[in-house]
Amino acid sequence: MKQEFTLTVYTENQVGLLNKIAIIFSRRKISLDSFNSSPSEIENIYRFTIVIRETETVVKNIVRQLEKNVEVFKVFYNTNDEIIWQQIALYKVPTSVIMKDVKVERLLREFGARAVVIRDDYTVFETTGQDDEVDNLLKELSKYSLIEFVKSSRIAIIKSSEGVHKKVLDMEKNDPTNKPINNEFLNHKSMIFEM
Amino acid sequence: MKTLELDKIEKAGRQPISTTGSLAVIDALLSESVTTIFGYPGGAIMPIYDSLFGFRDKLNHILVRHEQGAIHAAQGYARVSGKTGVVFATSGPGATNLVTGLADALIDSTPLVCITGQVFAHLLGTDAFQETDIINITTPITKWNYQITDATEIPEVLAKAFYIAKSGRPGPVLIDITKNAQLQLFDYIGYRPCIHVRSYRPNPIVRPEYIEQAAKLINEAKKPFVVFGQGIILGNAEKEFQSFIEKGNLPSAWTIMGMSAIPTDHPLGVGMLGMHGNYGPNFLTNECDVLIAVGMRFDDRVTGRLDKYAKQAKVIHLDIDPAEIDKNVQTAVSVWGDCKETLPLLTNLIENKSRPEWFKEFEIKKEKETTTVIEKELNPTEGGLTMGEVIQVLNELTNGDAVIVTDVGQHQMVACRYAKQNKTRSNITSGGLGTMGYALPAAIGAKLGAPEREVIAIMGDGGAQMNIQELGTIMQFQPNVKILILNNSYLGMVRQWQELFHEKRYSFTDIQSPNFVQVAKAYNIDGRQISQREELREGLKQMLDNPSSFLLEVAVLHEDNVFPMVPQGKGVAEIVLSKEEI
Ligand SMILES: Cc1ncc(C[n+]2csc(CCOP(=O)(O)OP(=O)(O)O)c2C)c(N)n1
Repeated sequence: MKQEFTLTVYTENQVGLLNKIAIIFSRRKISLDSFNSSPSEIENIYRFTIVIRETETVVKNIVRQLEKNVEVFKVFYNTNDEIIWQQIALYKVPTSVIMKDVKVERLLREFGARAVVIRDDYTVFETTGQDDEVDNLLKELSKYSLIEFVKSSRIAIIKSSEGVHKKVLDMEKNDPTNKPINNEFLNHKSMIFEM
Repeated sequence: MKTLELDKIEKAGRQPISTTGSLAVIDALLSESVTTIFGYPGGAIMPIYDSLFGFRDKLNHILVRHEQGAIHAAQGYARVSGKTGVVFATSGPGATNLVTGLADALIDSTPLVCITGQVFAHLLGTDAFQETDIINITTPITKWNYQITDATEIPEVLAKAFYIAKSGRPGPVLIDITKNAQLQLFDYIGYRPCIHVRSYRPNPIVRPEYIEQAAKLINEAKKPFVVFGQGIILGNAEKEFQSFIEKGNLPSAWTIMGMSAIPTDHPLGVGMLGMHGNYGPNFLTNECDVLIAVGMRFDDRVTGRLDKYAKQAKVIHLDIDPAEIDKNVQTAVSVWGDCKETLPLLTNLIENKSRPEWFKEFEIKKEKETTTVIEKELNPTEGGLTMGEVIQVLNELTNGDAVIVTDVGQHQMVACRYAKQNKTRSNITSGGLGTMGYALPAAIGAKLGAPEREVIAIMGDGGAQMNIQELGTIMQFQPNVKILILNNSYLGMVRQWQELFHEKRYSFTDIQSPNFVQVAKAYNIDGRQISQREELREGLKQMLDNPSSFLLEVAVLHEDNVFPMVPQGKGVAEIVLSKEEI
């Protein structure tokens, strides 16, 4: 059964890695619902957060293909109930319409939105939340001459995760593919072979 | 190895010396004990070639006639020797000409380090003359690639390249070096081989409990069956593997890539798997109760239709690459690790059982294949020559000691079905990619990688024309390779499919050939053409006895077919022995 999976990919910070990761999906004609890259809690290690709809069998195979990449440390995959996730969205609406319409203000409160910019000509609101929260506000604001809308990719924290360093070590204990010893060096840049 | 640069560094009292990037490249190769390079120069790699000039006595550079020839030669070299093949090519067209070989080397796990020149760093992205984004082009077909724009990166990146290419599951690495980095002077402190990359774990640790589970399954099995691939050869685990099957008394079949890991006439060897493999091992895959896969990846040419593959069997999979486990076939026990390590552990725990009935089944199937297919193919008495009888006579003359390098098509399947091979690393072929034009350059590389061995390239008339320019390389560098063209006047394998599945509509498969012998002679290579049964033995003998390279063209039956065959989309047990069964 296909369902939403969030993949968290820990990598080296290297030019070209984005492409190396993306082609693993495009080669299999899997479209990405969301793709985010950011620094992680460990200096110089990056994390990608990728959302796809697929079966667990396919996801497992992809995780191994991702881990096969020389610059990838570790990949986790989780269903939505195993993670805390958020997106941020920005909405640009004509200020005149907002001023006139009290209902909009009420709506904004309901959706937990904030005004980030208020100008004579337009106002920009911001909200963070999950897809439906963001989309519901979008639906509402569309009725009020919405000028522009943008939504960020998903970022997610794994509920059970105690940070990657420990998680990597834990996972490796149960995972016959990995030698935990390699990761003792994770936080000691000077001790490792580096480019 | 003490290199010249290192010498200078020592003389300077271990102080950094000022070196160019291109000299650092040469120094890296010498430090990695590289002796042979296959390449072709051009503008963007000229500084490296200039530095190479001073080291011609240490580095044997083979000037090929096409960069595709260079990379296939490097593959042949790596496959026979177990060393990493090294390739030089220039930017743009030189680099793009490597693409087929990279894809081939990746899918067949061949260790290569390819060094390409690139335009000056300040010109990157400007569509400069001969600029191609080779890094992005080759990302999906390399194990690792990297672009160097600054000379200071050269020693460490090359060290990493050699380490990654050879360790774990081997594969091709491409390093693109901009011209400014090659020319740049920098403070060089010598070359340090790489032994660890923090995000890369080439060898999974072995878990004893999986070994125990696997041994238990094997010991309980009534009909165990071993299928093995190139992993054994890549892991140098031929002895360990032989002890394993001998102790367990396990019938074992090879994939085309695993061929020669045990002698082809080993009593426990039951033949080749795959679309044109042997009848017994294919058919009985669906009869065994425990299937033990060692260093193979369940390619679709081996499994046929997956939902009809070994469904009754519990599968044990030994592989070094975690991504192969459960990729195509679900395992009951997966033994992740280097089979050089895992096999002896498993051998310790298994029992010797005789299982005569199970072996009998293989014999019965073999008999059936022999009477319906093999006998006709190897011992015809009338009509044109068959490919099989050519291989048969060749076996008698070489006694199975030669390295057989095959191209792609019917002759490849026939050669792999019937060639006798006594030693490991004797079967060099393009398995996963099926690259026509592979054999001639790969044979050149194979001869350089194993100069003491007889190397025979076996090609079809189609494939022989795909990298025929490499006869020029043979002319110039004189590797003693024997070239055997089995000419059926067709693109035979495609014609076979057209006959069997497209109502004999021979759409563009009748291919004309030049007079191959005359072409060879134009390159100063002696040759002969034969078409009669009476000439066969003597012709082959002449080829083998010739002190240098020799081209023998054998005219064979035009419309012969390779059988048995697992038709596409069918299960392995639906293997057919003749056209009438399709
Ligand atoms: C580069 C490349 N192009 C096309 C093919 C498809 N193909 C596979 S076998 C074959 C026919 C080969 O003919 P020939 O070299 O004469 O060998 P034969 O099958 O007759 O022994 C072709 C065209 C291929 N494998 N590789």
